[in-house]
Amino acid sequence: MDLINLGIKSIFIENMIFAYFLGMCSYLAVSKKVSTAMGLGLAVTFVLTLTVPINWAINEYVLKEGALAWIGPQFANVDLTFLQFIMFIAVIASFVQLVEMIVEKVSPALYGSLGIFLPLIAVNCSILGASFFMVPKDYTTPVEPIVYGFSSGIGWLLAIIALAAIREKMKYSNVPGPLKGLGITFIITGLMGLAFMSFMGISL
Amino acid sequence: MSTETAEVKKSEALLSKRRKGIITDPLDDNNPVTVQVLGICSALAVTSKLEPTLVMSISVMFVVVFSNLIISLLRNAIPQRIRIIVQLGIVASLVIIVDQVLKAYLYDVSKIVGVYVGLIITNCIVMGRLEAFAMGNKPYDSILDGFGSSFGYAWVILVVAFFRELLGNGTLFDFQVMPDAFPKVGLMTSPVGAFIIIGLLIWVQRWRNGYVEAE
Repeated sequence: MDLINLGIKSIFIENMIFAYFLGMCSYLAVSKKVSTAMGLGLAVTFVLTLTVPINWAINEYVLKEGALAWIGPQFANVDLTFLQFIMFIAVIASFVQLVEMIVEKVSPALYGSLGIFLPLIAVNCSILGASFFMVPKDYTTPVEPIVYGFSSGIGWLLAIIALAAIREKMKYSNVPGPLKGLGITFIITGLMGLAFMSFMGISL
Repeated sequence: MSTETAEVKKSEALLSKRRKGIITDPLDDNNPVTVQVLGICSALAVTSKLEPTLVMSISVMFVVVFSNLIISLLRNAIPQRIRIIVQLGIVASLVIIVDQVLKAYLYDVSKIVGVYVGLIITNCIVMGRLEAFAMGNKPYDSILDGFGSSFGYAWVILVVAFFRELLGNGTLFDFQVMPDAFPKVGLMTSPVGAFIIIGLLIWVQRWRNGYVEAE
């Protein structure tokens, strides 16, 4: 039950886009068509589901203050927290590279359609952000970070698909010239954020 | 030695017209936030007050300028296939420096800015400038480009922060400027206010420049 609670919370209440503004660059750039938005959303979800637990394990067993105690008592006071940034981004960047190579070998068709989005994921701040948010939450089992990563990804996917769908319909509306494109997209995102604020205060 | 003097004669002025262009271009016509749509996450997240916004602009400026310089110095030595990881490594090291300095000297602000300092690593302005400029240009030009882009970023987020703090709290830099009777707009302190302000800012800027996005 706790895990379901955690999932619902990270999809709706603590939505990556509407509550924390993470991953905005690709959210705005790749949301012109539902199909491409879907592809990127799924890729982000996949990478999040795997990198958050990996980073959790690294933080738990190597970086956290006193985490190295399993080697021997003389390491019990080592605090490598300042290395968090570089370790997390190294995991994400190498993981994205790995996924890219595997997809290229296993399924060239999928690679062709995802092509440019894959390297983009390395600099999608929602991935790094989820790893940072995971740290103060103090998860104790590896299941929680997996659920957290997966449902954050689903929340991001939901947001980008909703925006892409609205933008496809926007073609038929008469928006003032200078507001077209980016400007109106920001305002739509603001209104969507307003709608998502209504999820606040829900607890399961 | 003789070739060196010849090169000096050929070199351009410290602030030639082209170099001024590198600095001024990102301020308006090629603004990283409102035109190129880069670095939006932090632009929105830290702008609820002016003080953290200013700290964030300075941090980003530091990271962009120095990573541009370092990458530009190394540009001929970085293998093409692993360049993203090399760039991320350098950027992450610079961000660690910024984070540690903030924690040491500006602890209160660093608590507010929080994870968004760490997220400078994935700020698209930094990566974008490295990929698009520093990988192919000389160090001095790259420094100028770093300053230009980060000024372009800074003025946009400062304007957003100005309106959000003024309307949301009635203060500027935590000084009360509005009378007590001023109705505070709670929406402005929430993410929604940031989206709408930046949307309107883009509207005004494009209307002034006469720029219309193609469908």
